Amino acid sequence: MSTKVIALTGNQAAAEAMRQINFDVAAVYPISPQTELMGFFAEYVANGEVDTDMVAVEGEHSAMAACIGAAAAGARVITASAGPGIAYMVENLYIASGMRLPIVLIDVNRALSAPLSIHCDHGDSMLTRDSGWISLFSENAQEAYHNLIMSVKIAEKAMFPVIVNYDGYIVSHSIENVEIFDDETVREFVGPSGIHRIPYPLLDVSKPVTYGATAQPDYYTECKYQQHVDFLKVYDIVREVFNEFESISGKRYDFIEEYMTEDAEYIGISMGSSFGTLKDAVNTLRAQGRKVGAIKIRLYRPFPVKELAQALSKAKGIAVLDRADSFDGIGGPLFKDVCTAILHNQNRSLVHNFIYGLGGREIHEEEFIKAFDRVERLEKGVETRDNLVEYLQVRA
Amino acid sequence: MYQLKKWFEIPIGSIVSEAGSSMMNNTGSWRMLRPVLNTEKCTNCLICWIFCPDDSIPVNREQRFETDFQYCKGCGICAVECPYDALEMVPEMEIKLKELE
Ligand code: SF4
Ligand code: SF4
Repeated sequence: MSTKVIALTGNQAAAEAMRQINFDVAAVYPISPQTELMGFFAEYVANGEVDTDMVAVEGEHSAMAACIGAAAAGARVITASAGPGIAYMVENLYIASGMRLPIVLIDVNRALSAPLSIHCDHGDSMLTRDSGWISLFSENAQEAYHNLIMSVKIAEKAMFPVIVNYDGYIVSHSIENVEIFDDETVREFVGPSGIHRIPYPLLDVSKPVTYGATAQPDYYTECKYQQHVDFLKVYDIVREVFNEFESISGKRYDFIEEYMTEDAEYIGISMGSSFGTLKDAVNTLRAQGRKVGAIKIRLYRPFPVKELAQALSKAKGIAVLDRADSFDGIGGPLFKDVCTAILHNQNRSLVHNFIYGLGGREIHEEEFIKAFDRVERLEKGVETRDNLVEYLQVRA
Repeated sequence: MYQLKKWFEIPIGSIVSEAGSSMMNNTGSWRMLRPVLNTEKCTNCLICWIFCPDDSIPVNREQRFETDFQYCKGCGICAVECPYDALEMVPEMEIKLKELE
């Protein structure tokens, strides 16, 4: 195996992974900040560098519909979208997971309207959190590249579709050094495509089957229970693929990434590109002698409940940093997931929720430090709270 | 007797692996309107047969026969498409009540 380090944006790195994987079908509709990604990939298609059938559809609902058809036929398929495009796709996301089709979707995270914003937050991804898709978050272009390569294998082993998230503009359009494998390594890792990869390929005319039939009340529950049971098996499959990936890359991935949590009394949790800023905040506070740490969620669905509970078992206070609001009187989506996870723990830490980075608002170390301060004062009883959730960055 | 499958016996993705299994479902059971055929007006042009989405109109080369009410869902497409006005959509309830009288 050989690797090379080149300067790429997140979108370029993702397009490179797509080229190396050489998907059979890509059905896409353009939307910022994903447009550029598919622009790069369309060039590979036009130049004959891939065998991919690129289907230009009339909208994201159709993009996913085309993916569903192609995947059911046995093709290895991918699509990509962002923000409102993801929203438009949602109905078909549930169909894809219910039909157990190994589709890959890149979500270049973008805020939802209104007001209209093309910039990053995780509101779009949160539309997908109950859809039965496996969901991976990437901190930077390198992780987006790695997650994409692993996603194909995860999807096909689990027979569930996978979303690879990376932050719009912050990751998608920023240039970083990315270590790229040679094509052979990637193609060997993902293995060959071919219709008999999946249990019931639609084009296997010797064994005709019906996809997407009706299930009446006498069947629907059993169908969903099977999906439920199989989704719980995804943890082991993801771990397996992470391990296989380590053997080709030397890179050790886990469901969550911990930073200085060993003796931490106060822990901040975030997903995506803000984790670097969170680590900076931890470094600054550590230099002042404060016992703080940080956790990044890499595997968002299925949620790493046990691993997170374990990592938080000794924390006194937890600051959950949500790049999306839920507007439900409870708190952000990640906050609720974290609260659920710590139900496993005997000693419940104080958990407080902070919303940040909406619609592309830049996040700074000082703001995360404010979150650590607030959580510590709440935990010590110096301050009180009316709500479990507050905004970190509001002009008042 | 037709045995309901257990959750682990259902093929992955809830696909239906046997051909023609829809025959087991009486899809006509939710029909609200029934296409009533006026044999005097009907010219046996077979246009209704072309349009019926549920393949519920039995025909041979010369003639259409009475609709198969086991599967006819009462969509009314046949009645709209019939050029000779030979089909009238009548509420099932009316027909059932009449049968009771
Ligand atoms: S009502 Fe609809 S389903 Fe019934 S015979 Fe006419 S076209 Fe077919
Ligand atoms: S379309 Fe009308 S006239 Fe023609 S066969 Fe059907 S019922 Fe008869």
